[in-house]
Amino acid sequence: MTDSTQPSRPTSGRKTIGEAMKSSLKSRYAAEKRFQAYGIIAIALGLIFLGLLFYSIISRGYTAFEQTIIDLPVDLPRAEFSVDGQVTDEAISKANYSKIVREAIVKTVGADLSNRGEVRKVLELVSREASNQIRNFVAENPDAIGTTQIIPVLARGDVDSLMKGQIRRDVDESRRQLDDQQLVWIDQLIEEGRLEKRFNTFIFTEGPSSRAESSGIAVAVMGSAFMMGVVLLLALPIGVAASIYLEEFAPKNRWTDLIEVNINNLAAVPSIVYGILGLAVFINYAGLPRSSAIVGGLVLTLMTLPTIIIATRAALRAVPPSIREAALGVGASKNQAVFHHVLPLAAPGVMTGTIIGLAQALGETAPLLMIGMVAFVNDFPTSPWSPATAVPVQIFLWANSAERAFVERTSAAIIILLVFLICMNALAVFLRRRFEQRW
Amino acid sequence: MTTGLLLSVIIVLMVAAFLYSRTRAVQLVAGNVKKLHSRPTYHGSFGALLIGFPLVVVMLFWMIAEPIYLNNIVHGQMPDTVNALTDSERGLIESQVRSIANGLTLLDAPERRQVSEGLVDTRALLAEKGVPLGSDVQRYMVAAADTYLERQGLSRTLRVGVLVLVALLAGFYLVRNLTPELRARNLVELAVRIALITASSIAILTTIGIVLSMLSETIRFFNMVPLSNFFLGTVWDPRFANVGSGTEVGQYGLIPLLWGTVLISLIALMVAVPIGLFAAIYMAEYASNRVRNTAKPLLEILAGIPTIVYGFFALVTVGPFFRDFGATLGLDVSARSALTAGVVMGIMIIPFISSLSDDIITSVPRAMREGSLGLGATKSETIRRVVLPAALPGIVGAILLAASRAIGETMIVVLAAGVAPNLTANPLEAVTTVTVKIVSQLTGDTEFTSPQTLVAFALGLTLFTMTLILNIYALYIVRKYREQYD
Repeated sequence: MTDSTQPSRPTSGRKTIGEAMKSSLKSRYAAEKRFQAYGIIAIALGLIFLGLLFYSIISRGYTAFEQTIIDLPVDLPRAEFSVDGQVTDEAISKANYSKIVREAIVKTVGADLSNRGEVRKVLELVSREASNQIRNFVAENPDAIGTTQIIPVLARGDVDSLMKGQIRRDVDESRRQLDDQQLVWIDQLIEEGRLEKRFNTFIFTEGPSSRAESSGIAVAVMGSAFMMGVVLLLALPIGVAASIYLEEFAPKNRWTDLIEVNINNLAAVPSIVYGILGLAVFINYAGLPRSSAIVGGLVLTLMTLPTIIIATRAALRAVPPSIREAALGVGASKNQAVFHHVLPLAAPGVMTGTIIGLAQALGETAPLLMIGMVAFVNDFPTSPWSPATAVPVQIFLWANSAERAFVERTSAAIIILLVFLICMNALAVFLRRRFEQRW
Repeated sequence: MTTGLLLSVIIVLMVAAFLYSRTRAVQLVAGNVKKLHSRPTYHGSFGALLIGFPLVVVMLFWMIAEPIYLNNIVHGQMPDTVNALTDSERGLIESQVRSIANGLTLLDAPERRQVSEGLVDTRALLAEKGVPLGSDVQRYMVAAADTYLERQGLSRTLRVGVLVLVALLAGFYLVRNLTPELRARNLVELAVRIALITASSIAILTTIGIVLSMLSETIRFFNMVPLSNFFLGTVWDPRFANVGSGTEVGQYGLIPLLWGTVLISLIALMVAVPIGLFAAIYMAEYASNRVRNTAKPLLEILAGIPTIVYGFFALVTVGPFFRDFGATLGLDVSARSALTAGVVMGIMIIPFISSLSDDIITSVPRAMREGSLGLGATKSETIRRVVLPAALPGIVGAILLAASRAIGETMIVVLAAGVAPNLTANPLEAVTTVTVKIVSQLTGDTEFTSPQTLVAFALGLTLFTMTLILNIYALYIVRKYREQYD
C-alpha cells in the first residue's frame, strides 16, 4: 500500500525540485550579478563625487594663478616728490599717486585728459592698488625720480575676468561690465604688448584685501604655520606621553578604562565644541588674546590629541613583547625598556599619526571661528600672540564674498590648501611604507 | 624681571645643576662609575629636576595668584559710584583700568606725569601708543592704574625673591644629598611616571573642561530664559537688534534648529549609507586586492578633505545645480537648501561608513561564509543572509558614528544650509541647524551677559550631549561586536 503511493511522490518531487532549482538558478545568478553591480556602482559613485569635487575646484581656481598686468610707462616728475626742491621720504610717501596713475594710463591709451567721463572710464582699467604699487616702486628706487619708468601695475578685476574669458565680449554692451570703448583700449594695450596675463605672485605674497586682484593668502599661511607649530610642540609630546602611559604602564582598572572611553569619545566630539571650550577657557578664563595663533593652536592641540594618541597606541602595540622582554632580561628598568627600545621602534607609526593629526588640524575651520578668527587681519602675525588668521578661515571669508573674482581666489586658496594636505598625507604614507617593520 | 627672562634663567640653572650633579657623582667615586647606584646621567637628571621643579611650581603659582590679587586691588580702588553699578559694567571699568595700566608702562616719565596730573587726553595718548581704550579715561581710573602698577612691581620683586630663596634651598639640599648611594634612577623614573600620568589625564581634563565651561554659561542662560522656552519652543527669534537693552528676552525655541539638524543628517545618511555599505561589501567580498588597494585609499581621501572645501563645493556647484535642475522640473529649489547640505554631507561621510563597515565585514569569521557557500548559496546570498546579519551590530555602530559626525558638522551647513530656522519637512527649502546658530550667535560680540550670546552655550551643550550619547553607544556596540568574534 505504501509502496504504491511512494514511488510517484519522490519522483515527481525530485523532478519539481530539480526543475525549480534550474529555473530559480537563473534568477539567483541574476541577483548575484545585480548585487555585484550595486557594489561597483557604489564605489564608482564615491569616486565620481571625488572627481567632481576636484574638477569643480580646479576648473574654477586654476585661473587665479595668472593675473593681468599692465606695463605702464609712468612719468615720475621730480616736482611731485620734493618739498622745496628736496626729495624727501615724506614727500615720496605723500605724493599724489592717483594723479600720476591717471596721467600715465590716459597718456598710454591716448585718451583726452580734459574729458572727465573718458578719464573715469580709462581709470577703470587699472586696479586701485596701482597707486600703492607705484609708491612702493618709487620708495625702492628713488633714483628713478625725474625719469619715465615702465612699471607693471595690476589691471582692474573686470579686465582680468575679460582676459580669462569670464566676461564675454559678445554680450550686449549694456549688460557687459566693460563698454566698447574700454574694449578698444584693452585691445590696443594688448597689441602694444603692454597688457598680458602673468604668473600671479600676489596670491602668495599678499594678505587679504577688499580688492580681489591684490589679495592673497600669505598672511593666512603665516597664521596657519604658527598654529601648526604650537600644535606640534604641544600635541606630539603630550600625546606620546599619554599613549606610553596607557599602553605600557597603566594597570587595567576602571580609571584607565574611563580614560580610554574618553579618548575615543573625544575623537568624535564635533570640532565646534572645541571652539566653545577654547572661547570659554583660553580667552575668557585665561585671558589670552582673541583671534591669536596661540589660542587657535591650543584649541587645535586638544582636537588633535585623540588622533595622535590613538595612532601612537596602535604603533606601540605593534612592537612585539619580545623586544620588551629582551631589554628587561638584560637588566634594563621598565622605563629604559620603553624609552630606549619600544619607542624608537614605534617612531614611524607615531610620525604617521602626528602628520595625519596635523593635516586634520590644518583644514579645521569651525573652532577657529569661535575664537574670533573672523576679523580682517592683513598684517603678518609676528608672534603667536598677535592677531592671526588661518587658510581655511580665509577660504570661508572669501567664500562669503559676492564678487566673481573672489570665487576664483577662493578656489585657488582651496587648491593650495589641498596641495599642502596631499603632501602631508603622502609624506605619512611614505614614512609608513619606508620605515614600518612587520614582525 | 619678565616671565620669559625668568624662565630662561630657570633653564640655565637646570642645565648647570645637571652638569654639576653628573660630574660630582663621578668625582665622589673617583671615576669608578660602578660604585654609583645609578648611571651618572641619572644623577645629573635628578639634580636638574630637583632645581627645576620647585622653581616652575613657584612660577605657576604666581601666574595664577598674581592676577587674582591685582584684580582685588583694582576692585578695592573703585569709588562708590562704580561699586553701585551692575557687575558687568563694573567688570568693563576694571578691565579698562588694566588696559590703562598696560598702556602707562609704554609712556616715558614726562608723559606719565602729565597723565597722572590729568593734563593730557589719556585715551588719545594711549591710542597713539597702540593701546585702544573702550571709553574715556577718568581720574580715578588713572589712580587705580597707578596703584595696580605699583603692586604689580611689588609682586614681581617678591617673586624674584621667593625664586632665589627656593633655588638656594634646593641647591643646598642637592649638595647635601648627592651621594653615590642616592637612588637617582628610581627617583627620576618616578618623576617621568608622574609626567606620563599627567599627560594622560589631559584627556579627562578636556572633557571636564568642555562640560564645565558650557555648563556654567548654560546655567546663566537658564536663569534668564525659562527651560520650556528653550526645549519646547517652536520659534527661534533671539531679537539681535535689542542686544544689551535688557528689555527683550526673545524666543529661543530649540525645536526648529534640532529639526534642521535631523533633516540634514537624515538626507546625508540616505546618501552615505547605501553607497558606503555597498562599497564596503564589494571591497570586502568581491574586489581583488589591487582594486581594494586603490579604491579604499581613494575613498578615504573624501574623509581627509577639509569640511570648508565641501561647504564651498556645496555653495558654488551643488546648490546652483539643484536649483537649475529643479527649475527644469518646475520645482522651486532655493539656492541654499537642506537637500544641498545633506547630499554634500553624505558624500563627506561615505568613507566613515565604508571603511568601518569594511573592517567589520572582514572580521566576520571565514567558517560562517564557508558553511553557507558549502550548502550551495551564492555569494550574494551568503552575504545577505549570513555575513550581514552577523556584522549588523558593527555596521549599526558605524552608521551611528557617521550620524554623530553629521550632527556636529558645521562648515557645510554654515555655507550651504541657510540661516533662517524653518520647521518644514520639505528638503528643498532652506533650514538651519544647531551648529549654524552657535556660529552666528558667538561670532562677533563676546560679552557673555546677554541671553543672545549665552544661548550658544546651551546649544553647544545640547549638541555635545547628543553626540556623546551616539558616540558612546556606537563605540559600545562596535567594541562588544569585536569581542564577540575575537
